[in-house]
Amino acid sequence: MNNKNVNSDFTLTCPIPISEYERVLLAHGGGGSLSNRLIGDMFVKHFNNDLLNQAHDGAVFKLGNQKLAFTTDSYVVQPIFFPGGNIGDLAINGTVNDLVCCGAKPLYISTGFIIEEGFPMKDLWRVVQSMKTAADKAGVQIVTGDTKVVDKGKGDKIFINTAGIGQVYEGLDINPRNCKAGDIILINGYIADHGVCIMSSRAGLTFETHIQSDSMALNNLLKDMLSVSKNLHVLRDPTRGGIASATNEIAAAANIGIKLFEDKIPIREEVKGACEILGLDPMYIANEGKILVFVPPDEADAVLKIMQQNPAGKSTAVIGEVCTDHKGMVTMETAIGSTRILDMISGEQLPRIC
Amino acid sequence: MKYVDEYRDGFLARRLSREIKKRLSRPWTIMEICGGQTHNIMKFNLEEVLPGELELVHGPGCPVCVTPLEVLDKAMYIASLPEVIFTSFGDMLRVPGSKQDLLSVKAAGGDVRMVYSPLDAVDLAAQNPDRQVVFLAVGFETTAPPNALAVQQAALRKLKNFSMLTSHVLVPPAMETILSSPSNRIQGFLAAGHVCTVMGYEEYIPIAQKYSIPISITGFEPIDILQGILATVTMLEEGRVEVENQYSRVVKREGNLKAKALIREVFTVCDRKWRGVGTIPMSGYRLSDAYRDFDAVKRFQVASFDANEPDVCIAGEVLQGLKKPFSCPAFSTECTPEHPLGAPMVSTEGTCSAYYRYRKQEHRI
Repeated sequence: MNNKNVNSDFTLTCPIPISEYERVLLAHGGGGSLSNRLIGDMFVKHFNNDLLNQAHDGAVFKLGNQKLAFTTDSYVVQPIFFPGGNIGDLAINGTVNDLVCCGAKPLYISTGFIIEEGFPMKDLWRVVQSMKTAADKAGVQIVTGDTKVVDKGKGDKIFINTAGIGQVYEGLDINPRNCKAGDIILINGYIADHGVCIMSSRAGLTFETHIQSDSMALNNLLKDMLSVSKNLHVLRDPTRGGIASATNEIAAAANIGIKLFEDKIPIREEVKGACEILGLDPMYIANEGKILVFVPPDEADAVLKIMQQNPAGKSTAVIGEVCTDHKGMVTMETAIGSTRILDMISGEQLPRIC
Repeated sequence: MKYVDEYRDGFLARRLSREIKKRLSRPWTIMEICGGQTHNIMKFNLEEVLPGELELVHGPGCPVCVTPLEVLDKAMYIASLPEVIFTSFGDMLRVPGSKQDLLSVKAAGGDVRMVYSPLDAVDLAAQNPDRQVVFLAVGFETTAPPNALAVQQAALRKLKNFSMLTSHVLVPPAMETILSSPSNRIQGFLAAGHVCTVMGYEEYIPIAQKYSIPISITGFEPIDILQGILATVTMLEEGRVEVENQYSRVVKREGNLKAKALIREVFTVCDRKWRGVGTIPMSGYRLSDAYRDFDAVKRFQVASFDANEPDVCIAGEVLQGLKKPFSCPAFSTECTPEHPLGAPMVSTEGTCSAYYRYRKQEHRI
């Protein structure tokens, strides 16, 4: 290029991905398709490497002759204390469960605190004690961390980031691409508890029956499952965006169809009632102690039974199957016997749910 | 769960479906005029259990969808003012105005908050005496009583910092506009159950007689809708022009008298522009003269806005039941729930959104 002919400065910059949005919206953090677009079109595309491009819950890689999993998550839930838990144990259980979904035994957790000036010390102590209890229960150690305090008004009480490292179980390869037609889909219990609990706490709603978050670590449940099966194909924790988003992501990644059965999906009466009043679809509501398990049909029964014997899986149920119809999409047989498409939610049903 | 499970019963649904097939001797076209019904027809894929000769057409039953662009642009303007806390139900936050939606105003620094009840907005005003709290009051007759109560409460509590941006719409004038159109194909109506819970159904009797259209006052659950369809088909097949009340567990002929009295005190009927349809005379509510001071347009002296819809959007024809979303060239390409061009794609009760969520697969084939 002949620089003498250039008579004005210009810089070559890449166009901003998803440039139809000038600003980041709450929906970009909602766990639905807008979130996925931000992550896919901006973060993954730009950071670009083999591990990231696998689009897993965490990165799985070999170090020497060990296979490790590494994941991170941030917690901004509002309110920070809610029935059944708080932001602290959520932060530990959430990252433990992400490692579980990589097929790993969780080992070490880091934790970063961003605390707003003026946050009561007694509340911080309560959060920290919960984190220790959750870590002990899950058998993990909090080995490193960071603390920042920001001016009053520049944070919202407390934000927590946790990252975790685990060792992948020998011979286990958890990946949506391992899904096969005929695979049975299980879930370890009642759906939508966490999201509805948070929503009710925020809206100041009280119901006759106390709805609690289902936040809990699922690593012991995985250990039990592995005692009867070495062929688990997919594990996924349906957090923001609920079961609908999680199954849609898997269907898209694996290019298979998923059929769910509405009347088989466990949901508490009081949660169903709350959803009806609040106009929410439970299939899109966050869970924090739930795991979707995709397993070959000949092993489904054994896995189901062993899960039901674990406290974290007492209400485990078969809720669907993998098929070759409608590849990339999820359908659900409704209570009245018709079939509906269960699409990915686009925006945000409930902001700051976890 | 009472009032839900028995109205989603598969056995009963199949029985009703068989009854409808048995009664049908020729094609009929029925319109439902309630967004909640549209949504459930799609969500439970009721058309799968109905005979092909029965065409269900979706009317302008989504108040979010018919809120005029001008009102949305006024809302954006008011919400951007630094002294304002702008409150609204969730659905309205993503409806696109001429340039942006309320969520974008929020992202740019406007104080936009979602509330579950207009009374929450009144409480916000009491708790924030140095701010102006505005509530976006959109809806059919269903939401008019709580909105009226909110204004009444604000007056009783002598709150000078609460106001309402009102865009209420009424069902019967919309039905008459559709039925008197030369291109009308509608032969029977499912009327909106919750609108009638408030207003009763006496005003539908002269409409039925004037246009020779049987009407079934219908609920929202799948069994309600199937029962409503069966009632309407039966009247059509028997040549009867009547108004029947399928939703009798909730709706009384005279409606809710206390609610109607409250509406009469706080609101006055006025002409109203319907997005995509045009101005329908005497089809909306505005605040009555006694409560005019609570009108946000007056409070903030908002000028008129000239609003322009995207050319490609056929919301108007979809809302009148003249076209289905699949006919729109932008459906699921340029126009999606993440990037809606018109209101029916944004609202969870909108026809385009329902088609996108539950019937996208058919469009691909």
